Amino acid sequence: MNDIWDGIVQAFTLIYTLDPDLIKISLRSLQVTLSALAISCIIALPLAAILTIQRFKFRRFTIALLNALMGLPPVVVGLLVYIVLSRSGPFGVLDLLYTKTAMIIAQTIIITPLITSIAHQSLRELWSDYHDLLISMNTSHNQRIKTLLWDARRALLTASLAGFGRAIGEVGAIMIVGGNIDNATRVLTTAIALETSKGDFALALALGFVLILTTIALNIGTHWLSKTENEGRW
Amino acid sequence: MIRLTKLISVLAFLLCTNMSFADSIKLAVTTSFNNSGLSDVLLPKIESDIGVNIKLLVVGTGQALRLGASGDVDAILVHSQKAEEKFVNDGHGSHRREIMYNDFVIIGPRADPANVRSAESIKEAFELIKDLSVPFISRGDESGTHKMEMSLWRSFDFRPNHFGDWYKSVGSGMGASLNISASIGAYILSDRASWLNFKNKSDLDILFEGDKLLFNQYSFIPINPNRHKHVQSALTKKLESWLTSKTAETMINSYKIDGKALFKFNATYNE
Amino acid sequence: MFPLVAENLVVEFQGKHVLGPVDLRLDKGDIAVILGPNGSGKTSLLKALHGILKLKLGMVRWSCLETESVGKQMFVFQTPIMLRRSVFENLTYPLRLRKVSKAEANQRATEWLDRIALSASMQVPATRISGGEKQKLALARALITEPEMLFLDEPCAALDGKTTNEIESMLQSCVENGTTIMMSTHDIGQAKRLAKNIYFINKGKLECIQSAKTFFVKPSSINASKFIAGDIIE
Repeated sequence: MNDIWDGIVQAFTLIYTLDPDLIKISLRSLQVTLSALAISCIIALPLAAILTIQRFKFRRFTIALLNALMGLPPVVVGLLVYIVLSRSGPFGVLDLLYTKTAMIIAQTIIITPLITSIAHQSLRELWSDYHDLLISMNTSHNQRIKTLLWDARRALLTASLAGFGRAIGEVGAIMIVGGNIDNATRVLTTAIALETSKGDFALALALGFVLILTTIALNIGTHWLSKTENEGRW
Repeated sequence: MIRLTKLISVLAFLLCTNMSFADSIKLAVTTSFNNSGLSDVLLPKIESDIGVNIKLLVVGTGQALRLGASGDVDAILVHSQKAEEKFVNDGHGSHRREIMYNDFVIIGPRADPANVRSAESIKEAFELIKDLSVPFISRGDESGTHKMEMSLWRSFDFRPNHFGDWYKSVGSGMGASLNISASIGAYILSDRASWLNFKNKSDLDILFEGDKLLFNQYSFIPINPNRHKHVQSALTKKLESWLTSKTAETMINSYKIDGKALFKFNATYNE
Repeated sequence: MFPLVAENLVVEFQGKHVLGPVDLRLDKGDIAVILGPNGSGKTSLLKALHGILKLKLGMVRWSCLETESVGKQMFVFQTPIMLRRSVFENLTYPLRLRKVSKAEANQRATEWLDRIALSASMQVPATRISGGEKQKLALARALITEPEMLFLDEPCAALDGKTTNEIESMLQSCVENGTTIMMSTHDIGQAKRLAKNIYFINKGKLECIQSAKTFFVKPSSINASKFIAGDIIE
């Protein structure tokens, strides 16, 4: 229990004194995760919309597969990305291993199925409401996608935040493809793993609390900005 | 929409900041080397002396050898002579250069139920542990420490594969394994450096040390540029020169934790 | 665009015969009211003629190119489908689909909002207004594009007398503006008030096609007489 209290105290000390290492590591965490989130959303949201409105041969199979991919163990993704990016692998010449880019790639692969699945679920419900109206109004495919994505934006935001949560707390994959290199690819979660393995639980917990606070702050900030809980909005 | 634009600009910013420095190399080292804290002292001096920025990958010996073989790093620093010699013979590394050594110790609960303190040799210590079937943690991860432990058991004609439940193979790094020992009060073979730097000692202590068989040699192996054309052999040569220089000797020999020196420099000056 | 011709129209739903065979012809300027008991196929006929229901047999044909007819017919559903946007944005939606400029769309929406007396609720989420207000909004949304053809499926089924009046007068004025109307109802009084021609339908069969005057004096089928008298037809 002492460790938890020590951890809390250390966390606030680090934050209060604006410890430079902490700031660097935290910004790096956000940099990697937000980049992965941006790329994932660009892929996942339109994909979810297309899966909702377009009928094609393997649609049901694709949806089932996406739902299953949500359960991909992140560390396995990391291993696969490592093998692909390794010097003795197909994309070795790109020299991406042990860079933030490799970490972004791994995290994007991990969270895209998650965001797509959750988004698809919401869009499906909305589409069943809008279906007759949008067809009657003779909307094009693109117009339908845009209408669905815009009107479901609150639910899509939730899907994105779920993806963010999954990515910011991920450690297995980015440890393998990033290497946890000090001053280069070390982020909050890999630093926590390192300090834990060194037996420095207080520092590990401190970093953990910083991670939790960062996530909470981002979530609250996002909801406040989009006025999700205001009366009169849905 | 605005949020999306912001995120895209972050991505663009990220791509710009991803450029690596021209003079940096990737060095895979073992967890025991990193946990000693010596790398934190050496790396800045190396960068200021020879201008080489070292990207340190801290992994187990097995993984370090694997990374070296695929050419994902420029050099490795490990402590497992047999595996290193095979690595060089197989053509992955160009040669093996001994740098320094430290030793292994037996760590265990202060109460010492197996009376390991009374042992006069490492063989006797291991026999006591085995005969009394007290909990023993093995790294189990193909690391240098693990290989040392295995070679010791085998040299005394024991077969770890046939040990009972008291022998626990955890497949983890040194720090993680020490954590487990601390929680369940088990014995464990550790390198002295990792032990001294370990922050969760709780009820554990050094119970046996000093046998010559516990000698732990660290060697530097540059990756063979003939096999992997992209490795930075010019920079690894610079690093190797520095690691075998008088400056390195002084820094390594004077690195102390709790007033105790951890490593002894034993590199030779000829190529 | 007119006349609209249906030949040998047959609709099935989950293997069961629902409507047809139906032959009819709709001319410009008509106010056609489809009368019939519940489950007789009124909704199916309307949707089939609008083109949003798949036909088992037969065909529906406008007297012009398909590209010319699609944008000019609108449908008002029995339960109004509201977009999850404000009242105002629901009105501008069909105009924005047709690439009408923002300024013009806003202006026309403001006028219509006034006409249906919902100006005060301009920014209210459309899902939160009352049932009657939703239906008025749905009708305004259909009429704002100045369609040549308007289909309505029991538009006043769930509405009170006051709102029914408002809707009926909106329909009267759009007829005066040149829109042709086809609507279903099971309210005989409403049929008497609005219809020029009556289509009586029972168990999927179009039993009478008569002018309103004639129908209410001398309907051409026994079931129709029973229906007018208020009896239940089995």
